Amino acid sequence: MSDMSNTKPETGAFFPRDRAWHAPALTPTYKTSVLRSPQKALLALDNTLSEITGPVFGHGMLGEQDDDLILNFAKPGESAIGERIIVHGRVLDERGCPVPGALLEFWQANAGGRYRHKKESYLAPLDPNFGGCGRTITDADGAYRFRTIKPGPYPWPNGPNDWRPAHIHFSVFGHGFAQRLITQMYFEGDPLIWRCPIVSTIPDRRAIELLIAPLDMANTIPMDARAYKFDIVLRGRRSTLFENRLEGN
Amino acid sequence: MVQDLGRLKETASQTAGPYVHIGCTPNFAGIAGVYDADLGVSMVNDQTRGQRITVRGRVIDGAGAPLKDAMVEIWQADAAGLYNSPSDRRGIADPNFTGWGRCPTSADTGEYVFETIKPGRVPFKDGRLMAPHITFWIVARGINIGLHTRLYFADEAEANAQDPLLARIEHRNRVETLIASLEGSVYTFDIHLQGEKETVFLDI
Repeated sequence: MSDMSNTKPETGAFFPRDRAWHAPALTPTYKTSVLRSPQKALLALDNTLSEITGPVFGHGMLGEQDDDLILNFAKPGESAIGERIIVHGRVLDERGCPVPGALLEFWQANAGGRYRHKKESYLAPLDPNFGGCGRTITDADGAYRFRTIKPGPYPWPNGPNDWRPAHIHFSVFGHGFAQRLITQMYFEGDPLIWRCPIVSTIPDRRAIELLIAPLDMANTIPMDARAYKFDIVLRGRRSTLFENRLEGN
Repeated sequence: MVQDLGRLKETASQTAGPYVHIGCTPNFAGIAGVYDADLGVSMVNDQTRGQRITVRGRVIDGAGAPLKDAMVEIWQADAAGLYNSPSDRRGIADPNFTGWGRCPTSADTGEYVFETIKPGRVPFKDGRLMAPHITFWIVARGINIGLHTRLYFADEAEANAQDPLLARIEHRNRVETLIASLEGSVYTFDIHLQGEKETVFLDI
């Protein structure tokens, strides 16, 4: 699965997660969390090989248009309707080191806030040229980019009048299964961000601000697409220097 | 003042939401033609070494209802106890086994199913062998940060009794929440998110 022969694989345990920085499991204003949150404490254990290792994906799995949501579901000669944007950034770890070879998967609603999913019943129409999924793998600097249309906000049955801000979901694989992360990216200046019960599951305002992508005019493609920049930080690793040597290492 | 450690903060997790299938298993979601196949559907081929097993179960909420919109990922060693990962420096894992699988729970029954092999034993930090186990990661609408847990095997009682992680569970009646039951070659592992039978989840 790996084509990262140029990088020296790291074998250290990951820094413990700061669980006060992340959302707690139980956040009653986000109603679904009430019955889906564990009530007992998590069992803490330093990483073993089972968490230090993780699947690594090669570029060979990617199709030519996997990183272009404007075209990857469109009929030949057509494209998705909406604000054309580039989303780009880097995947780093907590030490500031780039994470090359990280698989990113993203999904989103169309320009009107409608998801292409059989359980979705919002009256805004589907775009026949927009599927809503894409993926890419970070390069040697941990950098990634993809092209899409800016998703619209959409209403959801939580409170009587709750609307999600415009957002793109990200699923991220680092190099160890303990780094596995799913999050959401928001857009600079959206007034719905600070009204959203899912955003506000996160207790620390600084942590929320790190989910908001700024408009990046320098990377805009003139007469084509605007750009937003979104960096993602995964857990960092300890050095293995003074740890017990693993068998055969 | 002292020097700054210079650390960044981890990007905060957010729920995968009800439409996680669009991004992670688009063919399952009915979005055909973008990817050839959904990632993680197949872990083995006809040359994979080891004992073939089926692992199935449900993810159950605090009211006893199975989640029909969850996504389950598993990560495990091959039959020799090696991980197919560059971070496992002990040897070359079976090239015909990915070690990683992904399955959405059924929209009808809430069940997930993996066709895999029984993993070999992997050493703990101090060299003791852990009991055979499969790492689980569960995301869904209503789950703000992915839940880690482990499946252990009912027919490995002796190894389970010596497992360093299972030994850390203070309330001994909770150990059984991590043991999958066996019938034929099928292991059943139901995950209870909360309540009396709540599965032990890990901060790991």
